Order: sequence, then C-alpha cells, then structure tokens
Amino acid sequence: MRYEAPESVTAAVALLAGEAGTARVLAGGTDLLVQLRAGFVEPDLIVDLKRIEALHEIVEEDGGYRIGAVVSGAELEEHAGVSAMWPGVVEAVNLIGSTQVQGRATMVGNLCNASPAADAVPAMVAASATVRISGPNGRRRDADVGDIATGPGKTSLENGEIVESVFLPAKPKHSGDAYLRFIPRTEMDIAVVGAGVSLTLDDDGICTDARVTLGAVAVKVLLVEEAAAALIGTKVDAAALEKLAAAASAAAKPIDDKRGTKEFRKKISGVMARRAAQIALKRAGG
Amino acid sequence: MHQVHVSTKINGDEIEYLCETDETLLDVLRDKLGLTGAKEGCGSGDCGACSVMLDGRLVCSCLVLGAEAQDREVETIEGMADGENLHPLQSKFLEHAALQCGICTPGVLIATKALLEKNPDPTETEVRYWLAGNLCRCTGYDKIIRAVMDTAADMRGA
Repeated sequence: MRYEAPESVTAAVALLAGEAGTARVLAGGTDLLVQLRAGFVEPDLIVDLKRIEALHEIVEEDGGYRIGAVVSGAELEEHAGVSAMWPGVVEAVNLIGSTQVQGRATMVGNLCNASPAADAVPAMVAASATVRISGPNGRRRDADVGDIATGPGKTSLENGEIVESVFLPAKPKHSGDAYLRFIPRTEMDIAVVGAGVSLTLDDDGICTDARVTLGAVAVKVLLVEEAAAALIGTKVDAAALEKLAAAASAAAKPIDDKRGTKEFRKKISGVMARRAAQIALKRAGG
Repeated sequence: MHQVHVSTKINGDEIEYLCETDETLLDVLRDKLGLTGAKEGCGSGDCGACSVMLDGRLVCSCLVLGAEAQDREVETIEGMADGENLHPLQSKFLEHAALQCGICTPGVLIATKALLEKNPDPTETEVRYWLAGNLCRCTGYDKIIRAVMDTAADMRGA
C-alpha cells in the first residue's frame, strides 16, 4: 500500500485517476482506518487530503458557507457562523462518535463513506446542501448531497473524483433546521433512525417551505416530500405535525436488524421527524 | 512493504522514524518509540485508551496513520508530568483512587487535560459527555468524574 499526501486537489485527483489498483481517499480516517484494520478494504493507494490547505477552510459564499472536505467535526462546532446559521447540520455532525472521533471525522467523509445511518447526511440534505466534486482533466461539477451515496458503501463518484467541499446555502429569514436520531443510549452509537427537518415561515408564521429527511431507514437517505407537504401552508400545528409523522412513517423502508425492527423503525421515523420539526419551528421563530 | 520516513515532534522533542504505510500512530508510539503509555483497547476508535493530542486536538492514535504525523505535534501521557512533578490531574487521580487496573487511565488523563484547557469550569454532565469515548471497566466512572471536578476546582483557584 502506498501512502501519498499531495498538496493540491489537482495532484490528488491525478493520483487517484492514475492508480491501476484500488485507491482510497483519507480525510479524517475514522471509518477508513477501521476498515483497513478489519481487512474490509485492502487498497493499493491511500491519498491523504489533509495536506491540501484549501480543504481546511470554511469560507462565506453567497450568504452561505463552503466547508472544506477535511474540516473536522470539532472545527465545525467551533465556527460560530455555521453553528448559528445551520445548527441542525452542526449538531448532526457532532453526534458522530466521541470527542476523539470529532477531532478527526469530517462531514465529507461521513457522506462518502456512504453508510445508510450516516448522521450528517439527512441534516445536509434537509439543508439543501450541495457538494463540489473535482475530477480528472480539471473537470469540476456540483451535485446535491442526496445524490452522492447510492447504497451501503457505494457512491455515484466516478474514478478519480473527490468531493472537495460541502456548500450550505444562505438561510432565508424565519428559517430553522434540526436533526435528531434515535439510539438506545445517550451517546456513542449508530442511528437506528435519524430525521432532519429544515423549514421556512412567512411573516405570519405560515410554513412556506420545508424539507424532511430520514436516515437509517433505507439504503440511502430519504427526502420525504409528503412529510414536507404536510407542513407547508400550516402554522406547523399539532394536526400538521401528526400528518408529517404519518407521512414519515409511511415513507420509511427499513430493514430488521439487531438495532431495531422494521415496525419499530417505521414508528420512530414519525416520532423523530415530528420532534425535529418542533425544534426547527422554534429556531425559525415560530 | 512501503516504508515512510517521518519527522515529527513528540512531547516537544524532534523525532524521526520509519514506519509501514499501514502502521498506526499508536503502533509507532508503542512499538517503535517505546512510548507505551497509550494503550490499545479496541483498535477501532471506541475505547479511547490510545488517546493522544495531535496538533492540539484530542484523537485516537489507533485511527491515525504513523505517516500522517509528518510535521505535526503529538502529545502523549509521557509528556504530561513535569519531570518528577505530576500534573494536577495525575495527583487528583491518585488521591481519589480514580483508577484500578490503569489501562484506560493514560487516555482518560489526556482527554480530561484537553477538556480543562478548553473549558476550565465544566459541569459534571459536560465531563461525562466529553469522556463518553473513554471506556473504563473498573471504576464505574464516578471516581474519575470526582477527580476531574476536584482538579478543575483546584486549578481555577490556583
């Protein structure tokens, strides 16, 4: 196994595209090193992105924030601007693992690891986040966060492509977001169900826009339009929240495993989505 | 195998070593450099026994490649005491008997030192959440928490 730590995105992409065998990208390493040790992956090449200065940055852009691929959860939490604008996203990232894991783990790594239970992903999709992807021959493209993971451990990234940043857009006024997950303990566990909600109110407190997402209940994150539709046009009152919960439960397509049964996960999908919507509503000033 | 030459700073000393590309920082510390304070509990980032500081961030050294330490600064438990003088946390852990077998202790000390530098006046809940990634199978945690709270109070008074 070769280890390379290039200093530019161009060089990183060239290394990945030029590798005949298997290559893996190293950001925080909190998933990759576990997979290496367990023998799940035996790459011929590891490309460490942490020597690329630009990928450590959080920059303001169009009223929102662009967050580099190697910004750790701890660094994100310490950024007052992002935490104020998208608290749900920051909370979701900070739910990943321990303090030690937060010192290394990244949002982009959480996305590209493509676990169906990834905590950061439902929150990012609820926030309408996009990613910037660099590929061979200087090709760059933007994509919706929800289009990156395609199934457990699988992404839509092509050979040689890396995700270099996540963009969280400007938040309209009277907007709020939240992410909640269910785990059978208080800390250090993998989501049994995760729910992200982002919503916007008008001056009269009527919901004009909403996005509701679920994690850990399908092969990839679900954007539940029926649940969002239950909120739009309402004051996000009890009746609207009941409809949202029913829509979320109906949309969930979970598996049975040791962490929860299908039936339990479907029910909890509604509960988590409803509670997340209540927090998002409060943050929107409703 | 591919070997990497690494120059780094560990507990303030300039250090050079050769490591395999798939070798973790924990294995380098323990097997190459004789710094056996950091322990391997799980090897998967769950137990915190291998906690070290990397460029001022608390990390699990089992989740860092040895090669990644190039030009970085690493702090381990071996650098915590000042010669014969124990760090206040170390003294309080002895006073409160906040350890039994001691396997988790270096990691717990590194993690709590990082906490108190960031937050000199944590609540008990904050300490417990901060240490959620440091597993201890002996103490039941209460003595650890008491030692940390007591150290924090002392250090604020100093």
